Amino acid sequence: MPALSTSQGAAAPFLGVVANRFRCPTRVTLLLTLIFGFAAVRALAQENNPYAGDAKIAKVGEYQFRLNCAFCHGLGARGGGRGPDLTRAQKRHGNSDAEMFHNIHDGIPGTAMPAATNGGIGVGMSDEEIWQVVTYLRSVQVKAPAQPAGNPEHGKELFHGALACSTCHMIERRGGRLGPDLSTVGASRSTEYLAESLRNPSRRLAQGIFEAMKEFPQEYESVLVVTADGTKLSGVVLNQDQFTLQMLDAREQLHLFEKDKLRSFEIRRESAMPVYDQKALSDKDLQDLLAYLFEVSGK
Amino acid sequence: MDAPHVSPSEEVGRDGNMKRILTAATVLLGFCLGGVSARGQVTPERLLESAKEPQNWLMYSGDYAGRRYSRLDQINTKNAASLVPKWAYQTMAGGKFETTSLVVDGVLYATGADDRAFALDARSGRPIWQYQRSLPPDIRPCCGRVNRGMAILGDKVFLGTLDAHVIALDTKTGNVAWDVGTSDYSKGYSITLAPLVINHLVLIGVSGGEYGIRGFIDAYDAATGARKWRFYTIPGPGEPGHETWEGDSWKIGGAPAWITGTYDPATNTTFWTTGNPSPSNRGQGREGDNLYSNSLLALDPDTGKLKWYFQFTKHDEHDYDATQVPVLVDDGDRRLIVQANRNGFFYVIDRSSGKLLSATPYGRVTWSNTKDASGVPIERKEASPTLTGVPVCPGAIGATNWMSPTYDPQTKLFYVTAREQCDIFSTAPQPYEAGHAFYGSAYFPNDDAQPFWGAVRALDPATSQIKWELKHLSPSWSGVLSTAGGLVFTGDAEGNFMALDAASGKILWHFQCGASVYASPMSYAIDGKQYVAVAAGATLFAFGLP
Repeated sequence: MPALSTSQGAAAPFLGVVANRFRCPTRVTLLLTLIFGFAAVRALAQENNPYAGDAKIAKVGEYQFRLNCAFCHGLGARGGGRGPDLTRAQKRHGNSDAEMFHNIHDGIPGTAMPAATNGGIGVGMSDEEIWQVVTYLRSVQVKAPAQPAGNPEHGKELFHGALACSTCHMIERRGGRLGPDLSTVGASRSTEYLAESLRNPSRRLAQGIFEAMKEFPQEYESVLVVTADGTKLSGVVLNQDQFTLQMLDAREQLHLFEKDKLRSFEIRRESAMPVYDQKALSDKDLQDLLAYLFEVSGK
Repeated sequence: MDAPHVSPSEEVGRDGNMKRILTAATVLLGFCLGGVSARGQVTPERLLESAKEPQNWLMYSGDYAGRRYSRLDQINTKNAASLVPKWAYQTMAGGKFETTSLVVDGVLYATGADDRAFALDARSGRPIWQYQRSLPPDIRPCCGRVNRGMAILGDKVFLGTLDAHVIALDTKTGNVAWDVGTSDYSKGYSITLAPLVINHLVLIGVSGGEYGIRGFIDAYDAATGARKWRFYTIPGPGEPGHETWEGDSWKIGGAPAWITGTYDPATNTTFWTTGNPSPSNRGQGREGDNLYSNSLLALDPDTGKLKWYFQFTKHDEHDYDATQVPVLVDDGDRRLIVQANRNGFFYVIDRSSGKLLSATPYGRVTWSNTKDASGVPIERKEASPTLTGVPVCPGAIGATNWMSPTYDPQTKLFYVTAREQCDIFSTAPQPYEAGHAFYGSAYFPNDDAQPFWGAVRALDPATSQIKWELKHLSPSWSGVLSTAGGLVFTGDAEGNFMALDAASGKILWHFQCGASVYASPMSYAIDGKQYVAVAAGATLFAFGLP
């Protein structure tokens, strides 16, 4: 079974499928359990980081991190435009060494995080190299990240009230969808990054991931469309290719267009979000808002 | 060498003529070979005369000149808008699908991820046989478990494998006829390219520039698999060029040859290109030009002896592999090789001497701003990667990459998939360890720049000027095919496969494949009907007229 032998980690979920295909569930499942049982034993043996606390290995891991991870997570693991800050002690997808190993080895379904095995990240990482990266991340982990000094309760009021952030952004399934969902952004982006996004929203749009083949990258560009009958629509780009355009208008109505049937369209790499300068948002309120984002992302 | 002109009246679609030509060719071949070759089998002579059978696609680039040009014109600018999918074949494999199919007399041969290979009825896409290699779990392919295709001769098709073997499969059954190891996969050697058959030899190179290998190009006896010669792309002690490496760095200097070469029968010379020196983005420790990394090599196909070389990027620090198909172009009396290089320059080279005629940027270039006395672009000192990083264009993926360009002898234009992306290159000093990634550096997207984008560009080799450009929203990994129908076929990262007017770049037709096109298209005909085939996602698609 060459097709399966290369993906030990993912073998278990396929057992049922394969068995069904062979129409002989008991025997095939038994056989496969025997075969993949070995893989499972090997995986269990990898619960513990063999290099835990080794400063020299952490340095090696830093090189591995730069090679394989920094493209999205930034130099120093502090989060780039694409991937979360990994120096936080509280990681959304698991904090134990084994969970971190698993996340790097197998990727995180439903996110842009690919598997590190051959064909995934970079040149493909060996188990040893993954443990080196885990060791490195432990060495740069900030034990108690500086919590934004603000008042999260007031931040929440601002978000859903006076500042009207929730018109476009969702937190815990409440709010709009013209901008990115911010339920977990406090955990995944540095406070500096978030502050900049408020003060100067167009400076860096939310970035798509590396290759369009993996997931379509939504970058929240602004778009102005004039349809064949002269109707003008403005909103944000949901997805597009050479021939088609999906957009959400200001009322979150989804429009699906063929570009050559439009009278015109203009896509600008500018955020539809207003600039929250000192006048619109004082430094104190900014801290309160950040405190709220930080708090809610820990839930 | 320009192949004899085939007028439209002799093309497929005018059945009678085609059949007459084929019958004559078969009779002639049978006579010449004294009946040794079974009817229908591919002979070295048929490979030489591939232009005479435009219904077939006999090698990776379609012909020895590497032009990826089809002489079929049934699908043309007038009817391309009506193209429809004719069949789809699912490999059920994840990852990238980079194959170029071969078609011989109605049978299509192609490869898939994880060293799959299969033969299909080229009319229906129905499989005749399927093969998949049992690979060791610890192979180290750098950039996906990919394969780009096969070569064919006699009753065998040939492919290189991710565990660095070359194997021959029986064309009728897919059974392994022979299997030879080339090198140690655990040290990072792997093979992804389609081999090239010349006479009775199977020529093939190796990947592994990310692991500190020592690159080579091999030739194997097509009948037995016995190795006839090996050319190391890094000269050993005592050989000319060895002095271009510091200390023992030559032993782990990379220079892989991971894209299929081309061949000029007139001078019996085969042309191969090589990749980056290792570690790819850190020059310290390997002072010197690092021959023959990032070079064009002119080899005698019978002996593997080097006739001449031309190095595109000396002492490379930006991963500018020269592994783009070196295309043979004849411009009047001039016998040329043209290459749109990953480093952003379009090179025109005299193919009898290896002398550089011109090097002109075809995209944004900041790594070089000077040329040496012979006109070769030289690295700007400030472009050398540092610990904190420096922005350089093109980025690490290059102004183009392995995806095939095409040369259309009708428009006399060269078409290439180009990428506009700058990266920040930073060093990460790293000791060599066998089988481990050996970049010596890292790169990051330059976030301040505009988002990356791509294009198909039509270049005139006579002037090196860009005639037209079709912009892609994001950079594409699709190769380009040109046809006698006045068309250029290519795909994009958003999954569209398209037919363009070769003269203007205007899009005449498109089809959404549902996954990025990560392969170079080809064309063939059967029963008087022309098809265009391309891989996307896990699927091989064939398109034709309704």
